[in-house]
Amino acid sequence: MIPAAFDYIVPDSLEAAAASLAEAGDNGKVMAGGHSLLPMMKLRLAQPGVVIDLKRLDSLRRIQVDGGTLRIGALVTHHQVETSSEVKDNCALLARVAGSIGDPQVRNRGTIGGSVVHGDPAADWPAALLAMGAELTLTSSGGARSMAAGDFFLGPLTTAIEASEILTGLSVAVPAAGTRAAYRKVKQKASGFAIVGIAVCLQADGDTCTDVGIGVTGLAGTPFRATAVEDQLRGKALTADNITAAAAGVADGVDALDDIHASGEFRAHLARLNTARAIQDALGG
Amino acid sequence: MSNTTTIQVRVNGVSRTEEVQPRLLLVHYLRDVLGLTGTHIGCETSLCGACTVMVDGAAVKSCTLLAVQTDGCEVETIESLATDDGLHPIQEAFWDCHGLQCGFCTPGMIMATRQLLQENPSPSEEEIRHGLEGNICRCTGYKHIVDAVKQAAEQMKAGT
Ligand SMILES: Cc1cc2nc3c(=O)[nH]c(=O)nc-3n(C[C@H](O)[C@H](O)[C@H](O)COP(=O)(O)OP(=O)(O)OC[C@H]3O[C@@H](n4cnc5c(N)ncnc54)[C@H](O)[C@@H]3O)c2cc1C
Ligand code: FES
Ligand code: FES
Repeated sequence: MIPAAFDYIVPDSLEAAAASLAEAGDNGKVMAGGHSLLPMMKLRLAQPGVVIDLKRLDSLRRIQVDGGTLRIGALVTHHQVETSSEVKDNCALLARVAGSIGDPQVRNRGTIGGSVVHGDPAADWPAALLAMGAELTLTSSGGARSMAAGDFFLGPLTTAIEASEILTGLSVAVPAAGTRAAYRKVKQKASGFAIVGIAVCLQADGDTCTDVGIGVTGLAGTPFRATAVEDQLRGKALTADNITAAAAGVADGVDALDDIHASGEFRAHLARLNTARAIQDALGG
Repeated sequence: MSNTTTIQVRVNGVSRTEEVQPRLLLVHYLRDVLGLTGTHIGCETSLCGACTVMVDGAAVKSCTLLAVQTDGCEVETIESLATDDGLHPIQEAFWDCHGLQCGFCTPGMIMATRQLLQENPSPSEEEIRHGLEGNICRCTGYKHIVDAVKQAAEQMKAGT
């Protein structure tokens, strides 16, 4: 399996990368870790004429906490997030999600930005980023803009990024003290991708849920935020019965993916079960 | 389109300058251009880990990397481990513990083990299994591989 021939460009700056991308138009693709793009190119599902490798853009490789915001550059690898003390100390959920991706070799190369832009419906990052209400930053030669993760994912391998744009990074608000979080995933055995993955981030006053974010990946063609489940939990006592009752609605009205790995019905079942379990995990029980 | 790019890579300590097509995969560069056939090709789809090598000290699957992506990098393959004084402790341990049968997965297993022990010199059984998650063996049933990694860890600690 060998990709079709292409021109290879390694820009030295974000401006140069954006200019190359603008010039290449639909014929160009940027490359980060290459762990989704290259498999697609080997299968000739993608045949870019120009590949723009972002590897020299060291400014996109940083993890920073400033004020109450955790910022992660687009080129930060899954392994970097998994092992970063800034992430572990400020937002352990993201480190846990990173550590659940693929295997060590994949985590060494794959980047958070590449995963987000690729938009695989079974990818892990979207669940956590949706649960936490992450903001994404995009740049093109025309300027920069930011966008909520909730508006970014549009369908299988489809996101709101323009062909001329580069994702430079993302940010999340550092969760308030006492926030509890968990990620539950049923893995596809060979790759580690999520058959269903549920990320939960919640706050409680005593045993009353005061706020909650739940991100769901793997279940549908587009990762989504389970707002109906969230609404049902907010203001309620976090008893086992209330949790199960709320989680039971996670797949309602969702067109569940149906493929060789799992039927739609089974995925919906896994989603209900693991939503309840992820909430219990977050509560530490 | 037969455009080429010049890359400079250090492979097992030897500097190389090469004209390559951008689409050349690292594994093909190592095997076909340099003749380092210790790195195996199993699945070609980044799942089996047989092609694992180290790039700048991190284990990667060389079937899912372009040679041009390693321009300026240090690449180490299975051939870098043994010296004139004998096998590397990880190789010794795989031999002693019967960590291989057909041996097809072994170069990748050993390179993945190398990264694992580099990050965690005393892994538990669970950590070993998690650390080798990206490598598939169709022969051994993994038990002897886990034993080999444990022995290698002990020996490498004793040796330092
Ligand atoms: C064997 C295997 C197992 C895997 N298991 C999992 C898993 O369990 N869970 C999971 O979530 N993922 C998994 N992945 C996917 C992996 O996480 C990829 O690394 C990730 O999806 C893509 O990141 P990348 O940096 O490799 O992106 P690339 O492959 O370089 O790029 C992917 C796409 O995004 C675009 N792109 C990349 N970076 C940018 C940017 N900064 N701005 C604009 N566009 C950009 C590219 O043009 C391309 O279209 C697996 C992959 C493999 C090969
Ligand atoms: S040949 Fe590279 S992972 Fe199987
Ligand atoms: S020893 Fe045969 S595949 Fe592992």
